[in-house]
Amino acid sequence: MGLTTKHLLGIKDLTKDDISLILQTAEQFKEVLQRPIKKVPSLRDVTIVNLFFENSTRTRISFELAEKRLSADTINFTSSGSSVSKGETLLDTVNNILSMKVDMVVLRHSASGAPHFLAKHIPAAIINAGDGINEHPTQALLDAFSIKEKTGGLEGRKIAIIGDIMHSRVAQSNIYLLNKMGAEITVCGPPTLIPKYIREALSVKVNYNLKETLEWCDVANVLRIQLERQNQVLFSSLREYNLVYGIKRRMLDDLKKDVVIMHPGPMNRGVEIDSDVADSHQSIILQQVENGVAVRMAVLYLLAGGSSSN
Amino acid sequence: MKSILSEPQLAITIKRLAHQVLENHINLDNTVLIGIQPRGVYLSDQLVEEIKKQVPAHKIQYGKLDITFYRDDIRKELHVPNQTDILFSIEGKNVVLIDDVLYTGRTIRAALDALMDLGRPEKVELCVLIDRRFSRQFPIQPDYVGKSIDSIITQKVKVYWKQKDGKEEVMILE
Repeated sequence: MGLTTKHLLGIKDLTKDDISLILQTAEQFKEVLQRPIKKVPSLRDVTIVNLFFENSTRTRISFELAEKRLSADTINFTSSGSSVSKGETLLDTVNNILSMKVDMVVLRHSASGAPHFLAKHIPAAIINAGDGINEHPTQALLDAFSIKEKTGGLEGRKIAIIGDIMHSRVAQSNIYLLNKMGAEITVCGPPTLIPKYIREALSVKVNYNLKETLEWCDVANVLRIQLERQNQVLFSSLREYNLVYGIKRRMLDDLKKDVVIMHPGPMNRGVEIDSDVADSHQSIILQQVENGVAVRMAVLYLLAGGSSSN
Repeated sequence: MKSILSEPQLAITIKRLAHQVLENHINLDNTVLIGIQPRGVYLSDQLVEEIKKQVPAHKIQYGKLDITFYRDDIRKELHVPNQTDILFSIEGKNVVLIDDVLYTGRTIRAALDALMDLGRPEKVELCVLIDRRFSRQFPIQPDYVGKSIDSIITQKVKVYWKQKDGKEEVMILE
C-alpha cells in the first residue's frame, strides 16, 4: 500500500489508484479537522521546508497548516528577502537548506519543471505547489475532492474549465486528473487563451461559447486571467472579457439546473466571476479552501510514510 | 494451524463479554463503547448487539476509532486510514475500548493517544477477544478478556469474522 511515486511533481505521474488513495486518505483527515483537537502526531519526526519563489496566499497557508496539523516541523522560505537576490542558484539554496536536515520540500516556482529538476538532484521528497504554467497538483486534488464531496463522484461528471486555459497550471492538472478519473471535460474561453491543439493533446472538448458550456456542465471551474504570465495582448480589455466570459447571476438563473461553481482563487471579482455568483449558494469556493488542508495532509502523510523508509 | 475458538464458542464468549461489561456499567448513561478500526469493529458490533438485547431500553453510545495517524511505525510501513466515527463527546465518560487481539499493546497505546485528542474521559477500560499473554511491549492489560492464550512470536493469531472472511473462528497460524 502506498503511492507509486516518491515525489508529487504532477498529476501526470500519478495512477488512478494513487489519486483514489489520496482522496480516500483526505476524507479521514477532514474528519480530524472537525475535532476539538485538530492535530495528529503522525509526522512529528519530519521537517518540511516551504519554498515559495512566487507569491501565494492560500497554497502557502494551506500547506503550512497541513504540516502543523500533522505535527511536522516547518520552515518557511520566500524568495524576497533571501540570498536568491544575491545570486544564489535554486539548487544551492535547496542543498543548503537540506544540509540542515530537512526531509521534504514543498516548492512553488515560476519556472515550469523546477520541481522535476530538484527531484533529480536532491534526496528529499518534493511536492510541487505550482510550477510556472505546468502543473499545480494539490489544487487539482482538492478540486477533485470538492467535486466528489458535492456531487458524489467523479466518473461521468461533466466539468467545464472556463477562462485562461493557456497560462493555467490549475487547468492542466485538473484536466490530467479528471481524465484519469473518467470525468468529461470541456474547456471554454476566448480562442486566444486556449492552446490550439488542446483537443488532441489532452483529449478534452473545446467550446468558445460560455452559454452552451454552462448548459452542458454539472460543475464550472472558473479560472483567473493570469495577466502576470501574458506578455502580449490576448483580449481587448478586462471589461470586454467580463461581458463575454464572466460568469453572471442572470446566466445561471436562466439554466434549468444548479451548476456548481468553483474557483481556485485568487478571484478577480467583476472579471471572470461576478460577486453575486461567487457568494451564492451554488459556489463552493470556500469549501475548496477548507478541503485544501485535508488533501495536503493526505499528500504529506502518504509521501512521508512507508515509501521513504530507510 | 490450530483452532482456539469455534463459531459457537465465539458466540458464547461474546455473550459473556457483553454481560461482564454490563455488570460493571449497570447504568450505561455515562458509558461509551468504542471499537478500534479496522478489525476490532467486528467484535464491537456484535458486542453492542448483545448489550442491546440485554438492555433494550437504554440508548447505547457506540463509536469507531481509527488509530492510523497515531501509529509509531508509519515510517516503516504505510497504513491506509479507516474512518473514525464518534458522534458524541467522550469528556468525563467511562470508555470501553474494544479490539479483537491484544498482542504487543502498541495499538492500544496509539488508541489511548487518539482518545485523549477527542477529550478527557473519566476512565478507560479495555475489552479484547484474545489476550496473547507474555508478548506485551508496553504495560497494558485488558479488563475484559474473551480468552487468554500463550503463543510465541512466530505464531499468528487470526480472528475470522462472517462479514469479512465468510466464517467465524479464531485460529493460531504457525
